[in-house]
Amino acid sequence: MKEVILCKYGEIALKGLNKNNFESILVKNVKRRLRNSGSFKYSRAQSTLYIEPLSEDTDIDEVVDKLSKVFGIAKLCRALTVEKKMDSILHDSMDYLAEALEGAASFKVNAKRADKKFPLKSPEICRELGHEILERFPHLKVDVHDPDVTVTVEIREEHAFINALKLDGAGGIPVGSSGRGMLLLSGGIDSPVAGYMVAKRGVQIQAIHFEAPPYTSERARMKVEKLAEEIATYCGDINFYCVPFTEIQEVLRDNCPEELFTILMRRLMMEIAQRFCEREDIQCLITGESIGQVASQTMYAMVCTDAACRIPVFRPCIGMDKSEIVSVSRKIGTFDTSIEPYEDCCTVFTPKHPKTKPALSEVEAAQAAYDYEPFIKKAVDNTVVKLIRNKI
Amino acid sequence: MIYFDNAATTKPCSEAVEAVMKGLELFGNPSSLHGMGVEAECLINRARSSIAGSLGAADEEIYFTSCATESSNTAIFGIARTIGKRKKRIVTTSVEHPSVQVCCDELEKQGFEIVRVTPGEDGKISAEDIIAAVNDNTCLVSCMLVNNETGRILPVEKAFRAIKRRFPQTVTHCDCVQGYLKIPVKVKKLYADIISLSGHKIHAPKGIGAMYIKKGVRVPAFMYGGGQEKGFRSGTECVPLICGFGAAAEKYADTIGERFEKAAALRNYLFEKCGENGIHVNSDTECSPYISSIAVDGYKSEVLLHFLEQRGIYVSSGSACSKGKKSSVIREFGIAEKYQDSTLRVSFSEENTAQEIDSLIEALKSARQKLCGTR
Repeated sequence: MKEVILCKYGEIALKGLNKNNFESILVKNVKRRLRNSGSFKYSRAQSTLYIEPLSEDTDIDEVVDKLSKVFGIAKLCRALTVEKKMDSILHDSMDYLAEALEGAASFKVNAKRADKKFPLKSPEICRELGHEILERFPHLKVDVHDPDVTVTVEIREEHAFINALKLDGAGGIPVGSSGRGMLLLSGGIDSPVAGYMVAKRGVQIQAIHFEAPPYTSERARMKVEKLAEEIATYCGDINFYCVPFTEIQEVLRDNCPEELFTILMRRLMMEIAQRFCEREDIQCLITGESIGQVASQTMYAMVCTDAACRIPVFRPCIGMDKSEIVSVSRKIGTFDTSIEPYEDCCTVFTPKHPKTKPALSEVEAAQAAYDYEPFIKKAVDNTVVKLIRNKI
Repeated sequence: MIYFDNAATTKPCSEAVEAVMKGLELFGNPSSLHGMGVEAECLINRARSSIAGSLGAADEEIYFTSCATESSNTAIFGIARTIGKRKKRIVTTSVEHPSVQVCCDELEKQGFEIVRVTPGEDGKISAEDIIAAVNDNTCLVSCMLVNNETGRILPVEKAFRAIKRRFPQTVTHCDCVQGYLKIPVKVKKLYADIISLSGHKIHAPKGIGAMYIKKGVRVPAFMYGGGQEKGFRSGTECVPLICGFGAAAEKYADTIGERFEKAAALRNYLFEKCGENGIHVNSDTECSPYISSIAVDGYKSEVLLHFLEQRGIYVSSGSACSKGKKSSVIREFGIAEKYQDSTLRVSFSEENTAQEIDSLIEALKSARQKLCGTR
C-alpha cells in the first residue's frame, strides 16, 4: 500500500501569470522542510503539489505534521495510490477508506478524470465506487449535499489516487514571496503573534530584541530566543538581533521628561531597528501593538513613534482584542513561553504616569534636547546576531 | 565569586564528593546476594547510621528518598490514605514550602479540611494557634522548622509536644530542610513522627533526600516494586548519592553549635551594616542565622539580583524554587508592601566571611547610585 500526500494550494491558484513564481517558492520551502524526513518525488498539476515518498518506511504522520506548518498550503490530503483499473480502485481502496468511513454516517464520492482515456466517465466511476462502499459499509447513507466524508478519486496519467480525509493546512502564501520584515520581539504575547501573521502573508521574518542587563536577565533573553524558535516552525530560519539597550535607557531616564520616556524609548528602538533594515535590505518593521492596549499604543503615541520611521511599520494585531491575540498564540504554541515571568525591557523603566496623548512637536523637541546618536551607534555596533533555526 | 545563596543549594563538601566517587566505584547492587552487593549495602548502612545519629534516631527509622519534596509528598499523601480515611482535617501553616503547601491544596480538592495557621501581627506563628487548630478529627499536623524565605524559626517543638499529649493519634510532620544540621534537631525533643530532609542543603549532592519515620507510625509506600528500603520505597538505591549524604551528615553533625555561633556573628554583622546604610531587614535576630531577608526599598528584587550577579555576588529573590514568581510567603509574614517587591534572600554557609558581607553592602550601595529604581 503506497500513500502520497496532496497539498492543495490556497490563493496561489488565483495568481495569474505569477503563479509559477509562487509555486516554485512553495516547492522550495516544502523541500527544505522535509529535508530530514526522507526522499520524495515532487510533481505539480492542477494547483496541487503531489509528494510521493520514495521509501516504504517514511513516517507519513510526521511529514503531514511538518507540512501543516508550511504557509501556502490550504488543504492537505493523504491519498492511496492504486493501479489505474476500475477493479483495483474498487478492491484495493476499501481497507484504506475504512478508517474514515467507519465513524461516519453519510458520504459521497467525487471523481476527477484527468486522463480522459480512462474507459469510465466520472459519474460512472462515482456510481461504481459508491455502490461498492455501500455494500461494504451498510451503515452508510449517500448524501451528496452535506456528507460527513467525501471520498475523492483522481485518475491521473500514471496512477489513480483515492482519499477520504482532508486536513487544514496553514493557509497564506509561501514565505519568501513577499519581501523581508524586521519583527520587534519583546517576550510578550503579542509580538510572536504579529510575526506569525505577517509571515503567513509570505514575508520572511527577522527578529530584533532589546535587552537591558541587569534589569533583564539571561533567562529573559533565553525566553525570547525560545519564542523566535517557536515562530521559526512557521516562518523558517530567523536572524535574531540582540541589542544591548541598558545604556540608552539609563541616558534616557536622566535626560528626558519622565512621562515621555516610553515614547522616546520606542522611537530609539525603531531607529536602531531601521539601521539594520537599511543594512540588510529589509523593507518593513513589524510590531505586536494593538490600539489602546497600553499608553505607548494609543493612536497619538503611535503617530509619534511612526514619525521616527522611514519605512512602513506593520501592526497585524492592531484591531485584535487581547483574548483574540491569546487564542492565536495558543494555536501557534507560543503562549506558554510568553507568560514565563521574567522582567522584560519594556516594564522596568516604565513611568508612573506616561503621556497617553503626546504631541509630536513636544516629543521631537525632547529628543532633540540631547544627542543620542553616539549611544545608538554604540548599541548597533555591539549587537549580537544569531541564527535561530527551524528545529522541525 | 561570593555565594550567598546557600538556602537554594550548597557546594558539595570534599568528603561528600569523595564518598560519591567511592559509591560509583563499588558499583554492586545492594540487593545482590554476592560480595559486591554486600559491599554496597554496607555503604548504605553506614550512611543511614550517620544520618540517624545526627537526629538521635534509630537506624531503622531512616529511609532514603530522592529529595525532600518526595519525603513530604509521601508523608502527607500517605497519612491522608490511612488515618485520613476517617479523620479529614489537616493543620498546617500558610508559610510552608510548596512541597507541603501544594500537597495540602491537592487534598483540599479531594475533600479534606485544611487549616492554615497564619503569622500574627508580629510576623510570628504562635504555637498556641497551631495547637488550638487541632481537634479530634485531625489526621496530620505539618509544620516546617525554619522558613526558607525569611529564616523564621517556627515553634514546632512546643506545638508538637502539646499536640502529641492531647491527641496521640494525630501524626506530626516537620519539614526540617532548612534547619537540619544548622540548628539542633533531635527527634525525641521535636515530637515529630515524620521528618523530611534534603541532602543538597547540607553540602551533599542534589537528588538525595531522606525521611525519618518514628517506629510504630505507619506510612504506606509511595513506590511499589522490588521492596527496597524495607518495602517502603522500592527502586534500586542510589548508592553514590546516599554515600555523599551520609558523609556530609557525619562531617557536620558534631559542629552544629560552633557553626551556629559563626553564622550568628555574620548575620549580626549583616544587620548592623544594613542598618548603617538604610537597607531594610525583614528578618530579625530570632530567625535562623543562616537565612536573612533584606530589602532595598525602591528597587526590584530581580534587577538587584542581576546587578549583584554582574559583580560576582549570588543571592536570591524570595526562594529559588519560585523563579521570579511573587512570593506569597513574604506577604504572609506581614512584610510591608513596599518591601515585598524588593526582597533579597541572603543565606550563609560556614565558608562566608565578614569581608564578603562588606562587598555585598558596597555593591548594594552602588546599585542605589547606578540603577534606576521603580517609580
